[in-house]
Formats: sequence, C-alpha cells, structure tokens
Amino acid sequence: MLNYSKLMNSTVTEKIKPSGIRKFFDIASNMDGVISLGVGEPDFPTPMHIRRAGIKSLEESRTRYTSNAGLIELRKEICAFLKRKYNLDYSGERETLVTVGGSEGIDCAIRTIVAPGDEVIIPQPSFVCYEPIVRLCGGVPVILDLKAEDEFRLTPKALMSKLTPKTKMIVFPFPCNPTGAVMEKEDLESIASVLRETDVFVLSDEIYSELTYGKKHVSIASIDGMRERTVVINGFSKTYSMTGWRLGYACAPEPVISQMTKIHQFAIMSAPTTSQYAATEALRTGDRDIEQMAEEYDVRRRIMVDGFRKLGMDCFEPKGAFYAFPSIKISGLGSEEFCERLLYSQKVALVPGNAFGESGEGFIRASYCYSSEHIKEALERVGKFLKELKDGM
Amino acid sequence: MTNIKLLKLLSKNARYTVSELAVMAGMTETEVENDIKELENSGLIRGYKAVIDWESLDNAYVSALIELKVIPQDKYGFEKVAETIMKYSEVESVYLMSGAYDLCVIVKGKTFQEVAMFVAKELATIHEVTSTATHFVLRRYKELDVELVNSENDDRGTYSLC
Ligand SMILES: Cc1ncc(COP(=O)(O)O)c(C=O)c1O
Repeated sequence: MLNYSKLMNSTVTEKIKPSGIRKFFDIASNMDGVISLGVGEPDFPTPMHIRRAGIKSLEESRTRYTSNAGLIELRKEICAFLKRKYNLDYSGERETLVTVGGSEGIDCAIRTIVAPGDEVIIPQPSFVCYEPIVRLCGGVPVILDLKAEDEFRLTPKALMSKLTPKTKMIVFPFPCNPTGAVMEKEDLESIASVLRETDVFVLSDEIYSELTYGKKHVSIASIDGMRERTVVINGFSKTYSMTGWRLGYACAPEPVISQMTKIHQFAIMSAPTTSQYAATEALRTGDRDIEQMAEEYDVRRRIMVDGFRKLGMDCFEPKGAFYAFPSIKISGLGSEEFCERLLYSQKVALVPGNAFGESGEGFIRASYCYSSEHIKEALERVGKFLKELKDGM
Repeated sequence: MTNIKLLKLLSKNARYTVSELAVMAGMTETEVENDIKELENSGLIRGYKAVIDWESLDNAYVSALIELKVIPQDKYGFEKVAETIMKYSEVESVYLMSGAYDLCVIVKGKTFQEVAMFVAKELATIHEVTSTATHFVLRRYKELDVELVNSENDDRGTYSLC
C-alpha cells in the first residue's frame, strides 16, 4: 500500500486539522430525541418566488456555463443591492465576482492576496474556514482574541498589538458567527484610522449583513480610505435562506477582482447557473423576504437571550447573525465537557465555543435558526441540566 | 401609537402569554398588558380564534364561496345588502370585490345540500341580488397562514462547519 501521508502535501495532511465538531454531531445525530441548537443554517425554506425563478431558468434551458465572473445582470443587481443597502459603489462589470457561496469568495481572496510567510490577522472566536485556507497558502495565521468585555468587537488597541511589517491581511468577521457581535460605524472609523496608515488588506466577511437587530449593518468598505484595500464577501445563503444553492460574491477594486477571477476561472469555471438566475430574482424582489425573516429571527433572539439569562448564564446581547454565545462559567465546566454532558444527560446539542478558536473556551454557541417552541424546549432542558450539576455538586 | 409589533406576534399565535410577549417584543409585562387592552378597546383586535383542521374530523362541515352580483342601491351602494347578508350565522365572511362580481360570501353548513339550500332560499332571494354562483371548497391546503398539508420537516444536516 502506498504511504499516502508521506506522498501528499504535508500542509494539508498535518497542518490542517479536521473540524473537531463533526464527531460530536455524528454522535448527536445517531441519538434519539435529540433537540439541537447546533445548526448554522436558516430553517426557512428559500422563498417560493426565488425557487420558481430557478425552475423557470431550467425550463428555458438556461443550463450552460455563465461568463466566468457570473451573469452580468446578476452582477449589476448585486451592485445595486450593495448601493441601496450599504452605500457601496462597485462596478458590476469590473469589480464583482460571483462565487460558489461566500466560502469560495473567501478562498479566492486569501489565495489571491496571501503569499508564503505573510501574516494574516484572524480575530476569534470566528467562523472556522479562514485559518486553514491561510495555512494552505503558506501564510501565517495570527490569532487575535476578541473579548466578551469588548462585546466581542475588534478594538484598535488589539489590532495594533498584532500588526507587524509582515501583516498582509486582516479578516473582518462581522456580523460575527458565533458571537453575534457587530461593528458600528464609530468602531469601524477607529479601526480604519489604524489601517489607513498601512498596506494591509481587509477581508470583510459580511455574509450576515442583512441579519442585524437594531442598527443597520455598516460595511468597512464604506469608511473613508477603506474601499481601496477591502475585499467584501457576501452571499445568498443566510440573507435569502439559500444555503444549498451555493452562491455568493466578492467585490473589490478591479486589480484584485481580476486576479481572483483568474483563480475562480481555473478552479470553478463559473458558479451554478440555476442559482444565478434564482439569485437575480432574489435581489430584484426579495427585500420583503429578508425583512420578514429578520423580524422572526429577532423575536427568537430575544427569547433565547432572555432564556439563558433566566437560567443564570451570562449572555452578551448578540446584535447580528443568528447565534447567542452565552458564558457557561456557572457550570464550572469546560466548553466541550459542558456540551458532551448536556447531550448525554438532556439530549440537547450545542456547539462548544472553542470550536471557533481557543478564545471561545468558556462559552457555547446556540443558534436560533429554530422555531420559538423548539428554542424554549431546548432552554428548559439546559435548565434541568444546570440544576443536575448544582445538585450533584 | 399602535403597537404593530404586538399585533404581528398575536396574529401568529394569540395564545402567547403576557410574559412571553414581553420578551419577544422587548417590552415590560405591564406595557404589554396595557397595549393589548388598548388594542382590544379600540376594536383593532376583534377576537382570538384557533385555526382548526376540521377536515381531519369526518363530516365536520362544508363551506362554499358564493359570488353575488348585486344592484347597488341609491345612497347605500352595496352596504345594506352586505349588512343583511352578514347577519346570517351561516355566513363566515363577506367581502366587497373588484372585478366580475360584487360580493364574495363564504358560507358554511353541515352538508353540501344545506349550503345549497341556504344560497337558494336566503341569498338568491334578496331583491338586489341578480345572480349567484356557488363554488364548494373541496380541500383546504392553507388556512390563515397555517399550512394544513405536508408541513415541511427539518432536514438540515450538520454540514455548515458548525
Ligand atoms: C461567517 C460565515 N462566513 C461564510 C460562511 C459560508 O457561507 P456560504 O458559503 O454558504 O455563502 C458562513 C456559513 O456558515 C459563515 O458563518
């Protein structure tokens, strides 16, 4: 037999760790009566008119590749959306790339910008894909710990402590999965005033931009002097409940997008055609869908935060995405032990905070992509579990 | 100011408790109680009813949509006729319509026969009513925003990298 691990790229085989959470969820999905708050995917089906647009495109035989960067009418709608929502100005022809989910946009951007030895600042806790892709490019992930006392925002001070002459890029993961943190305009201004003095790129993952509660999302690319150094990543998965359609996009200045398009062209050819037609419809007539879903998430968010607080858990108020990130300090357990014991004792599946980086230790992520009734039931069980712990002590 | 947030929540589920509503709307329980009282007193909230899948009970009742063409009366237009019709306990809803006919009346009864007789004897005989067309409801798929058939189940996997 071939010695596979010797024959393959050691960066992949050794430096990239498999997602640790997978094993835990495999156990959960094989148990009966498990109630989960684990899934980071909307529960709403894709709105019917958007599905119909996809179906119609198939009926009309729109079954070929599209242009590499994506259908031009879709790219134009993307730019119109970014303009009307966040006052961003991008050209559909030259500064927009339609990708296979926000995921591929992130991948292309990192591969385009990061060379071996380059440092990439990754604030954590955050989504898990940035670090492995940076490693794959030979880049050096520099982890920046976001703190509960800062409401999990990025502060200029923390940023400056990580900047070195080798810093090539900073990942900007707001609104944040898993914490629900957002960066408001003033926060962005203060970060911008640090970055403007540098040659550092910003990879702004704004996939949850339409799911904010209270204030509207502000893109860092809309702050003075930032557009020229920012790659904005967004997509349809969360905004329109379109995870399975695998469609997203990246916007950046032409010199960056043209290089990203080169990688995309060789690796992917073009994003799924049916999805591009459906997404065009979504952008044209889907504002109302977003509003309705966001309203429903907001109600669930309140139920969840209130529920955790009533159980005596410290829970920072999430202002975006669809997750709560309560502290489990009162349990006296570590994140993984908490989740494992909770699963076996009360059959509730939650994600341990350290799945999103070491600084997530001491927290759990609970998704509110579930009905209010489901959330209440899960919270009740968490309450029973905490009581068990207390009585057992 | 009218509390639209509360109205939306109650239109989804009228059985939410005051304390649940308070959490969901981000208000205090006293505020919720006061606002609900005001909404009820002002007549914005007219009642609270369960959405029932009667079809799952055999022969529970049948209903029909009746199209009525009506000659408008001087001064009153369609108002008087509509107000007469709505007084029947067999009548569930009455709407003034644009288009090919004037009043849309939803009628329910124990049997098709009973509904048909009601239309013939009570509605068709109203002086201003010039014609009726009766459409029986054969099956209900969705009622008051609630899907009555094939509710979608949660088929999400755990593939989203947590
Ligand atoms: C922060 C963040 N970015 C990107 C993605 C990827 O989304 P997609 O590739 O479906 O657009 C996710 C999905 O969970 C996410 O949470």
